[in-house]
Amino acid sequence: MTTTSPTPTAPDLDPAPLPVTPGTGRRRFKIGAGQQLKGGPFTYAALIIVGLGSVFPLYWTLVAASHDQQRVLDSPPPLLPGGRLWSNLQSAWDQAHLGKAIVNTVVVAGSITAATLFFCTLAGYAFAKMRFRGRGALMTAVIATLTIPPQLSVVPLFMMMADIGWGGKLESVIFPTLVGAFGVFFMRQYLLEALPYELIEAAKVDGATNIRIVWNVVLPAARPAMMVLGMLTFVQAWNDFFWPFLALNQDNPTIQVALGQLSASYTPDQSIVMAGALISTLPLLLVFVIFGKQIIGGIMAGAVKG
Amino acid sequence: MATTTPTRGAPTPPPGGVGAVSKEPSVWRTRLWRLDDKASPYAYIAPFFLIFGAFGLYPMLYTGWIAMHRVEMTSLSQSEWVGWDNFAKILQDSEFWTAVTNTFVIGVISTVPQLLMALGLAHLLNYKLRASTFWRTVILTPYATSVATAALVFALVFRADGGLLNWVLHFVGIGNTDWGNGEWSSKFAISAIVIWRWTGYNTLIYLAAMQAVPTDLYEAASIDGATRWQQFRKVTIPSLRPTILFTIVISTIGSMQLFGEPLLLQGGTLGSTGGSEHQYETLSIYLFNYGWKLGHLGPAAAVAWAMLVLLLLIALINLIVGRVLRKSAA
Repeated sequence: MTTTSPTPTAPDLDPAPLPVTPGTGRRRFKIGAGQQLKGGPFTYAALIIVGLGSVFPLYWTLVAASHDQQRVLDSPPPLLPGGRLWSNLQSAWDQAHLGKAIVNTVVVAGSITAATLFFCTLAGYAFAKMRFRGRGALMTAVIATLTIPPQLSVVPLFMMMADIGWGGKLESVIFPTLVGAFGVFFMRQYLLEALPYELIEAAKVDGATNIRIVWNVVLPAARPAMMVLGMLTFVQAWNDFFWPFLALNQDNPTIQVALGQLSASYTPDQSIVMAGALISTLPLLLVFVIFGKQIIGGIMAGAVKG
Repeated sequence: MATTTPTRGAPTPPPGGVGAVSKEPSVWRTRLWRLDDKASPYAYIAPFFLIFGAFGLYPMLYTGWIAMHRVEMTSLSQSEWVGWDNFAKILQDSEFWTAVTNTFVIGVISTVPQLLMALGLAHLLNYKLRASTFWRTVILTPYATSVATAALVFALVFRADGGLLNWVLHFVGIGNTDWGNGEWSSKFAISAIVIWRWTGYNTLIYLAAMQAVPTDLYEAASIDGATRWQQFRKVTIPSLRPTILFTIVISTIGSMQLFGEPLLLQGGTLGSTGGSEHQYETLSIYLFNYGWKLGHLGPAAAVAWAMLVLLLLIALINLIVGRVLRKSAA
């Protein structure tokens, strides 16, 4: 299967050591300039249309969350926000136990992100800069796991979790996702370029153990990439639906699970469902508005090099 | 590379700059250094393989075992050997084949337009633009949205009575489609959600690849008198081929897994059967329904293995298509 994922990933596993020039220790995620041909009016017109299409459903979530259900289901549908936003938010909060769900989601996404950062940086560093037997094959194995859908393992996973007493608990969602192939690959690609061999050598000559090198040399060099990977992981963990929906129950949901259950109740009030959707999305939109540039740079950097 | 990695066990002892100089025989120290060097890389990659082994690989194989047993949700610890019965059960179920077809159809009508649009958009974003970061952020916003949120908003947009889309379409006189209940319209609705969420992401991946194309290629092409369209066709697309194949693989795997979109498309409890007539039931929904709604985990595990077989088939097709493309390019 790996042979078919023709990847940007098909990695050159033995890159020539980088020419070390002073100051290459840090590579920022830069958004390149491209062909430098200027966009004309047609370009802008097309972008405006696509941009409106991208944003409108989110805007309309807000609109629908601020009317009562009757008005939301009316024809013509409302296009401007109404005055019931606050009371709908409160109803959603109470009906779906969103308070608990948000705390759960923060715990889940937070611990997954922290663990992913730590383990992926370690593994990425090993694959990028250390020599060991089987490195190429093991890296290929890591990448191959990207092609395995979670559906293949959810049934036994559910039974295993019940068996070890994690059934319905947050642990059952956290542990399977502690470290991911994408993160390992992402950190490896970054460290290949951003961490000169000279720095590692210098530390070794000074008699540093490997773990000290990780702490004092690798982690500082990896920090920009860790920030980006952290945000990507957080967004993914926050939004994850399939396995949490199967693993967690009504009393102990993440916010996506709570939202799914809210809409699957027999007579869901649509404006309240939309209010719930709004609550679950707002934190991430905030992250996006603040760190959009870095996230974009991260997706682009993770995709090409190779 | 061997030359750049200092060999620490070498006769020259490490300078004692750090702390006190040890007087002990350096043999021990050398051994420890060597162990540190040998074991460290494996220790650093171990967490990935341990976690994957425990929660990925082992369950995957275990799935095969469950697929041969009767295991009920109500008594998880009891199992009874039934051999190929579970497979026979699902293969004889017409609903299973509906789910296979639906998954395939929805996969195609969501992946193809999505990637084409992403290609075009990436081309536009590759021009020098005012506020280019702003456009990229705007196009990526759907990526910040969860499946659940996206599916629930679109559920309202696609409503039969009073839905936003039908209201807009009634101005051109076609505004009474029952989107969720139609054979094709429901599949279009689901792929619309997928396309909305993922086009921006793929756009960025293409854009990154486009920016890696050396500028001299374009200069050479324009000196040879190639128009912009010809440059796009003859320079950009061929340079992007590996990236395009990559996105096809990723999107295909993604579309095999569609779950939240069909589950929440109509709200209420219709989702767990993929609509009143299973018109948009995907394989994941089928698996969920068998295992979690009906409580029969054996057949659900058999569905998981069927998905694996399908995935391998798709991989094979990808491989062949890739070969053919490479040959035709050469």
